[in-house]
Amino acid sequence: MTAAAPAAGHAAPADRFHTIVTTVENKPGVLARVASLFARRGFNIESLAVAPTADERFSRITFTVDVASSSLEQVVKQLDKLINVVEISELSPAESVERELMLVTVAVDAAGGRRHGLLELIDDFRAYVLDEDQSQMMLSLAARPARLDEFEERLRAFGIVQLQRTGRVALPSLGS
Amino acid sequence: MEMNGGQALVKALEREGTEVVFGLPGGAILPVYDPIIESPVRHILVRHEQGAGHMAEGYAHATGRPGVVMITSGPGATNVVTALCDAYMDSVPVVCITGQVPYAAIGTDAFQECDTTGITMAVTKHNFLVTEAQDIPRIIHEAFHIATTGRPGPVLVDIPKDIVDPRNPRSAMTWYEPTDDIMELPGYRPATAGDPELVRAAAELICKAERPVLYAGGGILKARAAAELLALAELIDVPVVTTLMARGCFPDSHELCLGMPGMHGNYTAVTAMQRSDLLIALGARFDDRVTGRLDGFAPDAKVIHVDIDAAELGKVRVPDVAIRGDCKLVIAELVEAVRACGGAEAQPDRRAWRSMISGWQERYPLVYEQSEPGELLKPQYVLEVLRDSTPDDTIVTSGVGQHQMWASQYWRFDHPYTWINSGGLGTMGFSVPAAIGAKVGMPDRMVWAVDGDGCFQMTAQELVTASMERIPIKVALFNNAYLGMVRQWQEMFYEERYSEVYLSYEIPDYVKWAEAMGCVALRVESPEEVAPAIAKANEIDDRPVVLEFRSSAGENVFPMVPAGQSNSDIVVDPSQR
Repeated sequence: MTAAAPAAGHAAPADRFHTIVTTVENKPGVLARVASLFARRGFNIESLAVAPTADERFSRITFTVDVASSSLEQVVKQLDKLINVVEISELSPAESVERELMLVTVAVDAAGGRRHGLLELIDDFRAYVLDEDQSQMMLSLAARPARLDEFEERLRAFGIVQLQRTGRVALPSLGS
Repeated sequence: MEMNGGQALVKALEREGTEVVFGLPGGAILPVYDPIIESPVRHILVRHEQGAGHMAEGYAHATGRPGVVMITSGPGATNVVTALCDAYMDSVPVVCITGQVPYAAIGTDAFQECDTTGITMAVTKHNFLVTEAQDIPRIIHEAFHIATTGRPGPVLVDIPKDIVDPRNPRSAMTWYEPTDDIMELPGYRPATAGDPELVRAAAELICKAERPVLYAGGGILKARAAAELLALAELIDVPVVTTLMARGCFPDSHELCLGMPGMHGNYTAVTAMQRSDLLIALGARFDDRVTGRLDGFAPDAKVIHVDIDAAELGKVRVPDVAIRGDCKLVIAELVEAVRACGGAEAQPDRRAWRSMISGWQERYPLVYEQSEPGELLKPQYVLEVLRDSTPDDTIVTSGVGQHQMWASQYWRFDHPYTWINSGGLGTMGFSVPAAIGAKVGMPDRMVWAVDGDGCFQMTAQELVTASMERIPIKVALFNNAYLGMVRQWQEMFYEERYSEVYLSYEIPDYVKWAEAMGCVALRVESPEEVAPAIAKANEIDDRPVVLEFRSSAGENVFPMVPAGQSNSDIVVDPSQR
């Protein structure tokens, strides 16, 4: 792993990915139905997050679709045909608040004397240190997906050991 | 009332109006077959589960009521997958009950276990795995509701053995009446009427169009909207094409009917769509077999697209006006909206369009050459004789291939629900079991299964079912010793290199085979034998009849739009070139 040069082409144009938020019945097999539909119709999912809502009868599946390769209209209409899908909303980046969580382990000794630089970066991004030992530090950051992309880029200079992102979740912004 | 899940299941089927179940018992579904003995529901014991599925489809096509299938787990369930997929592609209401291993055994690779709901997820409108006996009446009601409303389709209900087995305490339940208000389907809202604004916009387009065509699809039949379509066509005096799935929804004898469009449609139907300036698509889905190469399809046409399934609107061709709604309601709204725009008087002068169309009809009728003495039969001729020697309301079912195209071309469908075939999936072997299902649903009507020799060999065993259950269908079996449609493609597109398409005229001996299955069977080899054989078949009403028509192997279906080409490149019969 070499130092600070940012990797090219990692971040996609923001408008290429649209977020679709579906409320589904909290029943066995519903995720399989959604996944099967995507596979069958040839839609590409960029990220996917599933969890129960405040009302335990329903879950929310939030996913990001690459609209450059799939017709957003077809995705929404085909999803709407699934009996267990109760509600669908499509959130454009401008009208929504999106967050994603990242857990990442960074090699500290590889950074040598730059441990201080890492701590500065953690402060800048308001990330948290969840765990650490002599050689590694585990961090978490919940932020806009683009912010996570940026954090990930900056961490490359220190050496990423493991990295896991949750996929984005979103709600409509209050003004929209 | 206390009862067990098996009794509740049978009672729930009765409550949904089920008069007949097509099925085959086995280990996991055994407990449900016990209360069937006392039930007024008729059970038809099939010889293969695929047959049960196609019978249910034939029944549903003919009657408009959902067809019901009951089979066991594992291989029973996997055998019905083809029929479910067929019903899914052609929007046929079917409810399929499958047995499953006991709930606690699911996931252990138990004997005859398979992931039925997983396997059928992609070929059903919806499916259920029932986990509690108490849920049975509600879920059966939901299954029938989903199968029959909105865009119809197959629904599968998988039932673990323990919740229907009276020896298992998990089967205990308290009966309740399954009514609409107990359904738990918060995500299911089938469409009804169309948006009045959009209907008005559509009416305005119609009243401006100089070369309009009504493009009627299978949705007209599903919505039971034949009368509304006739009213609209006559009001605006616009010609109608009826797709393979829609044959009979508009009378072939009507002067506005142009017949079937598509790959083997007639020249006029194909060309009228191609030259049209407005396609009024009603319950049709712009299937590739209709459009040909998409970028060359109806290049000058604006499109009004009416469909109950929003996902069809814009899926293939982007419409100028897209109306989501039930065809019956939307067409009635459209009639009113056209009247509000001035009705018949407001239509542009379309005499030039009509004379263009009649010119095509005169120049390019469907043609074939009658066979010379000593030659084998022409299927087109046999179908014409059969058409003219059977009642007007005869139900015709078909397999898939050349015989299917000839049947659709040469029959005269003047009534809805008289043509039953496998359109979307193109399932060989559909004809015989579908005819059995149709005859069960419509016992007073004559039912003819038009079939090819390749298709017949796939599902012929259901003639045993027909004989045993006294279901007197008639089969017109065209034996040309080939997988004819594949042979035609190899002749036209693979330089006559015939690969694995020869079947044989003599093996099997279809007459002996049919007789062994309890049918009356006749072999017909020359034109003068055709009418007497059909007359004899028509007189038999106590058992199935099979007429084997020895047909010429080299006969091809024309016109034809070669796959991947534009409809403008339609290939007509050699005699018309």
